[in-house]
This record gives sequence, structure tokens and C-alpha cells, in this order.
Amino acid sequence: MSQIEVSLTHRQGDFKLDAAFTTPASGVTALFGHSGCGKTTVLRAIAGLLRVDQGRVCINGETWQEREQFIPTHQRPIAYVFQEASLFSHLSVRRNLEYGWRRVAKEQRRVQFDTVVDLLGVAPLLKRATHRLSGGERQRVAIARALLTSPQLLLMDEPLSALDHNAKQSIMPYLETLHDELGIPSLYVSHDPNEVARLADHLVFLEQGRVKACGLAADLLTRLDLPVSRYDDAAAILEGRVSTHDPTYHLTWIGMDCGRVAVSREDLPEGHYARVQILARDVSLSLRAHSDTSIINILPAKVIDSRDINPSQVLLRLQLVDGQMLLSRITRRSAVGLGICEGMTVYAQVKSVALMV
Amino acid sequence: MDWQAIWLTLKLAATTTFVLLLIGTPLAWWLAHSRAWWKEIIGALVALPLVLPPTVLGFYLLLLLGPDGAVGSLMQRLGLDTLPFTFPGLVVGSVIYSLPFVVQPIRNAFVAIGERPLEVAATLRASPLDRFFGVALPLALPGFITGSVLGFAHTVGEFGVVLMIGGNIPGETKVLSVAIYDHVESLEWTQAHWLAGGMLVFSFVVVFSMYHLEKRLQRKGY
Repeated sequence: MSQIEVSLTHRQGDFKLDAAFTTPASGVTALFGHSGCGKTTVLRAIAGLLRVDQGRVCINGETWQEREQFIPTHQRPIAYVFQEASLFSHLSVRRNLEYGWRRVAKEQRRVQFDTVVDLLGVAPLLKRATHRLSGGERQRVAIARALLTSPQLLLMDEPLSALDHNAKQSIMPYLETLHDELGIPSLYVSHDPNEVARLADHLVFLEQGRVKACGLAADLLTRLDLPVSRYDDAAAILEGRVSTHDPTYHLTWIGMDCGRVAVSREDLPEGHYARVQILARDVSLSLRAHSDTSIINILPAKVIDSRDINPSQVLLRLQLVDGQMLLSRITRRSAVGLGICEGMTVYAQVKSVALMV
Repeated sequence: MDWQAIWLTLKLAATTTFVLLLIGTPLAWWLAHSRAWWKEIIGALVALPLVLPPTVLGFYLLLLLGPDGAVGSLMQRLGLDTLPFTFPGLVVGSVIYSLPFVVQPIRNAFVAIGERPLEVAATLRASPLDRFFGVALPLALPGFITGSVLGFAHTVGEFGVVLMIGGNIPGETKVLSVAIYDHVESLEWTQAHWLAGGMLVFSFVVVFSMYHLEKRLQRKGY
């Protein structure tokens, strides 16, 4: 029963939404697509801010909307983070945080006020007036305010898109720790593949109001039939655990069942969950495992799909021995030279790995 | 001195402002949020006193509220006194006359807030009434201040409607502006000077403090 079931049809001028998907009510599910594809409309409908023509919204077996039944927004156990922080300007930061917190009955509170305040690093801001905050600070307060309602579902509508690069980078770590720390399932609207790769466990691809694909993020991001694998910064995500630290060369090794990869030294305990992002353009191939190369991350893999993405480049989908997927973009000349074909075993040489947790 | 007229004027303005806030707030809210096609018809009716000569308004009110008018005859049948030439009658006239001065700023303030803060409040578990009192009202505070000040000051300064519907009964309907008119008619220039000069100072102080207050609220982030 622990899942999110959504099915919506709605007409708004020329735009027609006809989307249905089911996703586990755990971790982060990203609603992903170009602007105008209906992501925000879906999120607003789930929150009850928009009453769609026809729809069914069912969370963990509880029906929020079906036929004539419609639970109004303030009675849904959700939290919503908007694109702009939208703090109440007539209240101080503390009052903003307390707004939702006070409206939830004591016995229904499942998060501690101080825990959330610390988690988002807003303690030093409590006494300030909202208009004295920077963009990043405002959004952190907004996220904390939303979480303090002890939601069963956290809805986020591109919470980083209104921020500059630095503010984005400063908030990202908070978002990454959120679902580990609080275990609140969330739906995250985004058009940024990089954000999705960093945060999402599951993906719902929307295109012109319809669901194009839905499933595990690691799988969908590497599917060659979906446009996201063709982006210039297309990437695969791999999951593993911190295995050892190498103090001599200042590296941290991430172990997986398919081998190990090195990242720059990070202060994480051994055994800690780790997610890494590997760009398609950083993966080259060889037919044998070379040791006379500067590349230290070499993983055996099987080619399971290939597409020409332009006259000079080929995109390959590789399956590692533990089943995880990798993308590799190489020149067509090399692919032909090596005689790459589906089913073939190769060695993926990974030039650069980005650690995300 | 005309202390009676001054006291009556202040009483009328205060009562009128209070009544206007009571009926003007829901009206302004409806005008700001309704999607009814006939909304702007109501909006135009509310704004009508801005352009209508006060005497025209007073004339129709006199007819409507008088013993032969629709409202007046109904009141008589209910055993009530008719309103013309009484203080309550003045209040009714002033309320209609000053309506746009209160409704317009509050409506603009509600529109300026937009839907977003109310949506945020809804996602933070606030019921519709809770959202109105906890978010919409405080955010619209500058509009309420402007509306109250304008409504009060405008009522203090009214003349045409008062004269038509209230007449000139000392202690009941003889307000400042009528008193000034009286003094001038009877060539009592000194008394007229005192009242007129007082009004001038009063008006300036009101408008100046309003601008000052708006500035301060803006600095506070409104």
C-alpha cells in the first residue's frame, strides 16, 4: 500500500493533461520534463491547489481525490515548497517556521522543531525579518517551514530554479540529507537532469501532458530511447558504499558488487551509502583491462544497447556485472574500430567520478 | 465656538469608517477574487460616488429613505422612524458617499497580495477563515490604513450629501462643513476662518501622516 497513485486529466486552454503513474511512497521521485510539460500542474493537483477535471490521487491507500470526493489542501498531510520561497512578509523567520508547526496537533508531530531547524541550518536566522535573508536562506527557511508540518508527502516545485549557482550548490547538500534523516517521501519537480541525477531515486518523465516513462532513476537516465540520455551532460548514477580511504593519494574508494571507483578524499565513515554520478562523455572503452593507463576506475561491462546520436558519435548503454547501468559516448570511428556490438564484453574506463552523498 | 459641530463631525466620521470597514472588507475581497462576469458592474457602482455630484446622490437618497420612498415606507411599516434629517440617516449617506475611498485601497491590497501566500498557508494546514485572518488581513494592512484614513477624512469633508439628507439641525445633523457655510451666509468671517483654517491643518496632517506611515510599512517589507 505504500505507494503514490496518481491519475489526472485536465484541460486548460490549449494544454491537455492526461497523466497517470504509480511510484513508491519512499525516497525521492522526480517529475521530470521540459517546461510546459505539465509537471507543476500535476504537483498542484496532488496538493489540491488545483482541482482537475477528473482525477484520482491516492497516497498510501488514502484517497485524497476520486470522482466527487475532494479533500481540500489544508486537510492533506502534505508539505509544499514553491519555486519562490514565498515567506510571509508580515512574520519573522521564527513565526514563519511556527506557522505550520502550530497548526498540527501535538500527537501528530513526528519531527522535532530543533531537529528541522538544525538540519536546514536556519537557527542563526530565527530572529531575522524575512526581507533580510538571501535567496538561498529564504528557500531553506521555506523548506524547514514545510517540513515542520510533519508531512506524509513532501512536494517540491523546482525549489532551486530561482536561485543562482552558488545558492543552489549551498542548498543541494541539505536536500540530499533530507530523506535520509527524516524519511519523508517526496515528489520533486525539475527540468534539470543534473539535479535529478543527484536527488532522485525514481523518475516520472512527462512530455506534453503525458507520462512517457516511469521507473527507477538509474534505469531511466540510461535508457537510450529517452531524450535525457542524449543531453551533452547525460550521466549514469551508481550506488555503492564507502569501502576504504587512501591517505597517501587522498582518495576515497566506493565499493560496489561490480568493482570499485575512486573519488577525491571525502570524510565519510566506511560503509556509508554513496551515490556517484558518471557522465557519458567521461567513459571510454577498451577490449582489455589495461594497467598502463592513467585511468584508475576500470569496470568490466556488457554492451546492451547502442544508438548513433549524430554522424560522428555513438551512445552506448553498458550493464555492469551487478546489473547497474552506465552510459558511454564515444566516436563512431572508435566504435567501428573496436568492433563494438550488442552483447559484447568491454572494459569501461571512467575518467571522472562525482560523489553525491 | 462650534464644539458641537466638531464633535458631531468626528462622531459621524468614526461611525462611518467603522461601518465601511465592516461592509467594505468582504466587498473588497469579493471584488478582488470573484471571477463573475458582472463583477465589474458592482465595481463601477461602488466607484460611482467618485464622479457623481454629492447633491445628486443626496437627492436620490432623500427620495429613497423618505416616507414615500421604498426604504422609508418599509421602515415606517416596521414601526421605525424614517432616516432623513437624523444622525443615522447621515451615516447611511456618508457610508455610500465614502464607499469607494475605503473599498478601492483594500481591494488593491488584496489583489497585490496575490494567490500565493494564501496557497502557502493552505499547504501549512490553515483553513480558509484562518488564511483570511492570519495572512490576507495582515498582509493587506497598508490598504486598510489608507482606506480608513481616506474614508474618515472624506466623511469629515463632505457637504452636499449632508445638506440634502441631513439638513442643518444643531446637535443632530449640523456638521463642520455645514457650520462653515452657515457662518459665511451670516457674514461671521471670524468663526468661518477658525473652522476653515482648522480643516486645512487637519487635512494636511492626515495626508502627511498617511504617506509617512506607508513609507514606514514599505521599509518593514510590506
